[in-house]
Amino acid sequence: MSAIFLLIAASLLVAALFLGAFLWATSTGQYDDDYANSVRILFDDEKKAAPKDKQKSTDSKSQ
Amino acid sequence: MASTDKKRQQKSCFHCGDTFSGRAIELDAKPFCCQGCATVYELLTENGMGAFYTLEDRPGVRVEALERDRYAFLDLPEVQQRLLQFEEGKHARVSLRLPAIHCSSCIWLLENLHRINPAVISSGVHFTRKQASILFNKEQISLRQIVELLVKLGYPPEINLSTFKQKEARPSRKWVIKIGVAGFCFGNIMLLSLPEYLGMGEGFESYAMFFGALNILLALPVFFYAATDYYLSAWASLRSGQVNIDVPITLGIFALFGRSLYEILSQTGAGYMDSLAGLLFFLLIGKWFQEKTYQSLAFDRNYESYFPVAARVVKNDLEEQVPLRDLKPGMEIIVRNRELIPADSKLISDRASVDFSFVTGESQPVQKKSGDLIYAGGRQSGTAIRLLVEKPVDQSYLTELWNQQVFRKANANPTVALINKVSRYFTMVVLLIAAIGGVYWVMTEPSRWAQVVTAVLIVACPCALALAAPFSFGHTLRAMGRNALYLRNADTVETMAAVTDIVFDKTGTLTRNDQYELEFIGNELTDHQQQLISSLVAQSSHPLSRTIDEYLDCEAEYEPIRYKEVAGAGLQGMFADVWVVVGSEQFVTGDVLDRDGATRVFVKIDDKLLGYFLFEAGYRSSFQHVLEDLSKNYRLHLLSGDGDRERFKLSAWFDDERLHFSQTPFDKLAYVEKLQRGGRVVMMLGDGLNDSGALQAANVGISIADNVYDFTPACDAIFDGKQFARLPGLLSLARGGMKTVRASMVLSFFYNVIGLSFALSGMLSPLVAAILMPVSSISVVVLTTLSVNSRAAKELGEPGIFTAITSKPDQNQQIL
Repeated sequence: MSAIFLLIAASLLVAALFLGAFLWATSTGQYDDDYANSVRILFDDEKKAAPKDKQKSTDSKSQ
Repeated sequence: MASTDKKRQQKSCFHCGDTFSGRAIELDAKPFCCQGCATVYELLTENGMGAFYTLEDRPGVRVEALERDRYAFLDLPEVQQRLLQFEEGKHARVSLRLPAIHCSSCIWLLENLHRINPAVISSGVHFTRKQASILFNKEQISLRQIVELLVKLGYPPEINLSTFKQKEARPSRKWVIKIGVAGFCFGNIMLLSLPEYLGMGEGFESYAMFFGALNILLALPVFFYAATDYYLSAWASLRSGQVNIDVPITLGIFALFGRSLYEILSQTGAGYMDSLAGLLFFLLIGKWFQEKTYQSLAFDRNYESYFPVAARVVKNDLEEQVPLRDLKPGMEIIVRNRELIPADSKLISDRASVDFSFVTGESQPVQKKSGDLIYAGGRQSGTAIRLLVEKPVDQSYLTELWNQQVFRKANANPTVALINKVSRYFTMVVLLIAAIGGVYWVMTEPSRWAQVVTAVLIVACPCALALAAPFSFGHTLRAMGRNALYLRNADTVETMAAVTDIVFDKTGTLTRNDQYELEFIGNELTDHQQQLISSLVAQSSHPLSRTIDEYLDCEAEYEPIRYKEVAGAGLQGMFADVWVVVGSEQFVTGDVLDRDGATRVFVKIDDKLLGYFLFEAGYRSSFQHVLEDLSKNYRLHLLSGDGDRERFKLSAWFDDERLHFSQTPFDKLAYVEKLQRGGRVVMMLGDGLNDSGALQAANVGISIADNVYDFTPACDAIFDGKQFARLPGLLSLARGGMKTVRASMVLSFFYNVIGLSFALSGMLSPLVAAILMPVSSISVVVLTTLSVNSRAAKELGEPGIFTAITSKPDQNQQIL
């Protein structure tokens, strides 16, 4: 049963790591703008705006 | 008119999506409403950025013409120094607020600025703040050129004195971090308390100690970090002799923590640390939601943000930009077409035509002669004028008017916020119950009285009550924001729900400043004459020209051989052998008769005066329905600065004694105050500075704006004139919001009664507390969310509850 001490310590450690990650993400501003990023990810990187943009336009509308 | 059968069909601009019926500019077989929109299209397609149009349907923003030298002040080193966030070597970064940002195409376009101008190194958009941060090579492009590029694309930045002051106000991430901490502790304490809930049985005391110690450890950040704002708020309110909702919350937190600490350390129980962390977790989510709502709807514009940053001063025959603050009496300034007169000054030029719509709300330009005193806030229309500054900016008539005591909003709102009223009694009652319970238990079983008293304080902690208001008001504010009514704060919802009387201004409120009904006075025009006039006005983009063009409604068949447009005066053109002159009386006939101030456009063909077009402000299309709807529930009043020509027309909705014309700003103010002395709760709708006194005095002052860039006087709410038809629905939404608050209060009292009965009978186990608290909080949040949004769906024809909750930031929020 004493394994539970170890297990709880380990689980708290993992949880604390996630908390740390959350605090880091928040304080570096990753949650400041919750809209632009969701759109930005759909933009093409390619130089030319090819006709296949059509596809993209439906994507960005459907969200 | 003969040509009604040739009615043009409505077209929609490929760039900005505005519908228009005039002549379209065609490019690549696509219609554009104006040259500005067409230019942006050309610019984008030339740079291979046609994708802009595929991301969203008609995503552009109507482009206003760039005024020469409008942004010349950006060349001032002093201005640059204050605007630039960062400057090193040849790189510089500027962060600009672009209110026109509204969709994903905007983000795409603004982040691809480097493709249009390679001197831009990179740019990033912060959508919710409508801000663009641009890094550029300042050896290749100046700040002014950056701004002019943005204006050309249809994103004029908001640069003004107030932008100067708030040099990047960082948003508060505090709440998110606190929620994270509280959530982390909440989850882990819950897990560690689970064995206790299930009953550990004999022989596991060492585990209980271990779990208890961990629970204390995990509760520390909650008690000493996440909850501190409640202590501060409660302390502040007690010191000012009041009891706000945070007082009972703080009491509850202390009781929870103290009692749990005692129980765990003395090994008499498991404590309520899980309830403590859960309580803070939910409370903080409420706070965060409140903050987020207010932040996205916040506005606090004053006259300063409408004023320019610099003025053009003439010194030794040279023009020089001077910051507004340094403007001194005796300086000679130049004000060009469409520019604001920054300080009270005397006219040096022969003539000026000044539009005081900002001050008076009426859009008719006023004619001024050399030597006249012109007050600050007027807008010159026509050629550039020279003025001699009489008073520094901060002592001008306008600023003084603004600072007058009567024009300040009194903080003491007659309706005290319901939630504060409730929480005052609530705290008293809780303390009373705790005392009675304590006394009872001292007499019957003295060992348990402390336990009962703390249990009462714990369970009475008004968590659900504290969530009721932020969520009901928050959802109401958001629903209103989606319909382009932006409230200054949540208290306004409460006052709006209590309104008994609605006072309207006429010009700019019931009517639109940018739409006219017109009539031709004079001999009837022949078809040929109509075509000539139409061909001439088609050359001009002036709103009056466009209105005439639409009114005549015939194809422009002729091209002028010679054409001249005199800004602020009129047009002339030569067609084959005919001269056509269209414009102001001064421009066409050479002299001005004293008239009633209505806008007239005169027409002369071949030196023969044919007559004039009379422009009258057009009523908003929906105003009859709105007035009819509102007159069922409210007493309506009308206060107009104009003469009483339209008394008869309006008497259908307004009683005669509530219909007042020729009102000065002070009359309006006095009228509103008189109503209030009679015990009425007054909502005032108006625009322009002449209503601002009344808007301030009214319980709810709503400023109507047709153009997002229009100035709006200080008020409780800004309302987009295009949504005028929704006014009755919005008012009923406010009343519904209050109903929801009351309903959720009743619900949370119900939970309190259940909890108190457990507490007083000495049976409040940690498990009961751990279930009761989250259930009450969550059910209040669900109740408010569903009820407000379903009402919004019903009253305002919104898509439905779930789309409303999950909808993306709204296009209508441009105004902010």
